[in-house]
Amino acid sequence: MMQIPCPFCGPRNESEFSFGGPVKPPRPDPSAVSDEDWTAWLTQVPNPLGPVQEQWWHVRGCGTWLTIWRDTRTHDIVEAPDGGR
Amino acid sequence: MQRYSAFSLLRHGINRHTTWAPAWRSPPLKDRYDVIVIGAGGHGLATAYYLAKEHGLTNVAVLERGWLGGGNIARNTITIRSNYMRDASIPFYVKSVALYEAMTRELNFNMMHSKRSMIDVIQNYPMMRDRRRRQHIMDIYGSTYEQISEAEVRRRIPALTGGGPDARLPVVGGYVHTDAAINRHDAVAWGYARAIDAMGGEIHQQTPVTQLLRGADGRIEGVETPRGVIRAPKVAVAVSGHTTTLTETVGLKLPLRTMNLTAFVSEPVKPLVDVIVNCPDAGFYLSQSDKGSLVIGGAPDPGQSFRRDIKQTVFEDTVSAMLSLFPSFKKLKFLRQWGGHLDIAHDASPIQDETDVPGLFITAGWWGGYKAIPAGGLTLAHLVATGRPHPLMEPFGINRFRHLDYVMETGTTTAR
Ligand SMILES: Cc1cc2nc3c(=O)[nH]c(=O)nc-3n(C[C@H](O)[C@H](O)[C@H](O)COP(=O)(O)OP(=O)(O)OC[C@H]3O[C@@H](n4cnc5c(N)ncnc54)[C@H](O)[C@@H]3O)c2cc1C
Ligand SMILES: [Zn+2]
Repeated sequence: MMQIPCPFCGPRNESEFSFGGPVKPPRPDPSAVSDEDWTAWLTQVPNPLGPVQEQWWHVRGCGTWLTIWRDTRTHDIVEAPDGGR
Repeated sequence: MQRYSAFSLLRHGINRHTTWAPAWRSPPLKDRYDVIVIGAGGHGLATAYYLAKEHGLTNVAVLERGWLGGGNIARNTITIRSNYMRDASIPFYVKSVALYEAMTRELNFNMMHSKRSMIDVIQNYPMMRDRRRRQHIMDIYGSTYEQISEAEVRRRIPALTGGGPDARLPVVGGYVHTDAAINRHDAVAWGYARAIDAMGGEIHQQTPVTQLLRGADGRIEGVETPRGVIRAPKVAVAVSGHTTTLTETVGLKLPLRTMNLTAFVSEPVKPLVDVIVNCPDAGFYLSQSDKGSLVIGGAPDPGQSFRRDIKQTVFEDTVSAMLSLFPSFKKLKFLRQWGGHLDIAHDASPIQDETDVPGLFITAGWWGGYKAIPAGGLTLAHLVATGRPHPLMEPFGINRFRHLDYVMETGTTTAR
């Protein structure tokens, strides 16, 4: 089972968490960006064979939201590819 | 093509089965074709079949990374049904179910098609409303959905003994979809392969495409493989979970993400359930195979994934959901588990279109796409051959995301 590092509780079993979706850039002002950028923000996420950044909610624990990088091939939690943003 | 029949079985049996001809050839790989289809799964094979059958295009190569029919077509739970939600979806799935029913005859290959109904076990009034909404739309297009009482659900599924009045989610009724069926997935892959081969198309296994190639004019030019560059003016990508992996090689971005869906089977037991049981509120579904195994599936793992096994959390959730309704299954022993990775589009409907790279076609987002194989191949062949979308697939182009004209589909997954 995946052990997700909670900043408060330490590594905890995945079954205590709820998936919160991929991390997206902040919502742009639709009237300030091109249609293409706007629809891309709404509908597209990176889909790599490799690390993705995502949010998890420690809902059956302390209730905090956290962000991890996870490798889609192995489900290992990994370092941020760019060393952390 | 050597025809299969009771007589041929007898004749070859007398010869101790040494006289059967191979069902398809392994011809030498050429460096140029009229059409390249990437992926010898259900969708790729059905596409090559209809290119030859409906459009006379036989200078076609299907390129497969592994072996024919070894992808998700070999990993799914073979539920064939058309109880979808949207006006755009239902006619397409009605067509696909009809093509499946005719497939044994059409391909002269025993599909072991078993039309046996699917019963949705409903444990929530909002789900009942969702089903009623679906029924009204399905009625328009000739798909079958009928509400039944809790007592009738239990009469038809005697093993369903949980979900009583004291349960957290008591069973409140059900919906029956009589068109639903299961069949034999290997036969679908092999039957198409044999028919493609007989019409002159080629299937090349162990031929992974590593890169799509664009010409100076921006059009698709061909593909790169470890066996060399292969050129074609038209390339169709039918690689299930790996669509974005390939389309990224020509800089395309698509509203698809890849997720892991799994199943497991029990030891064989005596006949116990003769319908497909779907429990959307509990989050699992099951059917019993001809060998007697219960074939059980649950909800997908939530995040993106390219794994092909079941995660412990998903397995435990699915088993505990199942035991809440079928407590006697506690005694079953499990034999195997497996998974596949499938891409799903932003609105959970398929995407089939020519891309921004002229000549490059995709068929993707087939989340529950086994049932869609024959009609998906029919429509993609039409698009590739004529340049125009088939009427049944017209609503499923890429531009719907540019116009934010989603086809939000709640019928895509069984368990949820
Ligand atoms: C556990 C599970 C249960 C399911 N249950 C159902 C169900 O009950 N009903 C239903 O309708 N659907 C179901 N599905 C979904 C269904 O299996 C898929 O939607 C469908 O099989 C996808 O289409 P396909 O058959 O063409 O895919 P695949 O069989 O996966 O074909 C794609 C092929 O492309 C090949 N490929 C990939 N990359 C490359 C490359 N670079 N070069 C060359 N070849 C490549 C792969 O090796 C593969 O053979 C289920 C899926 C899973 C995993
Ligand atoms: Zn915590």
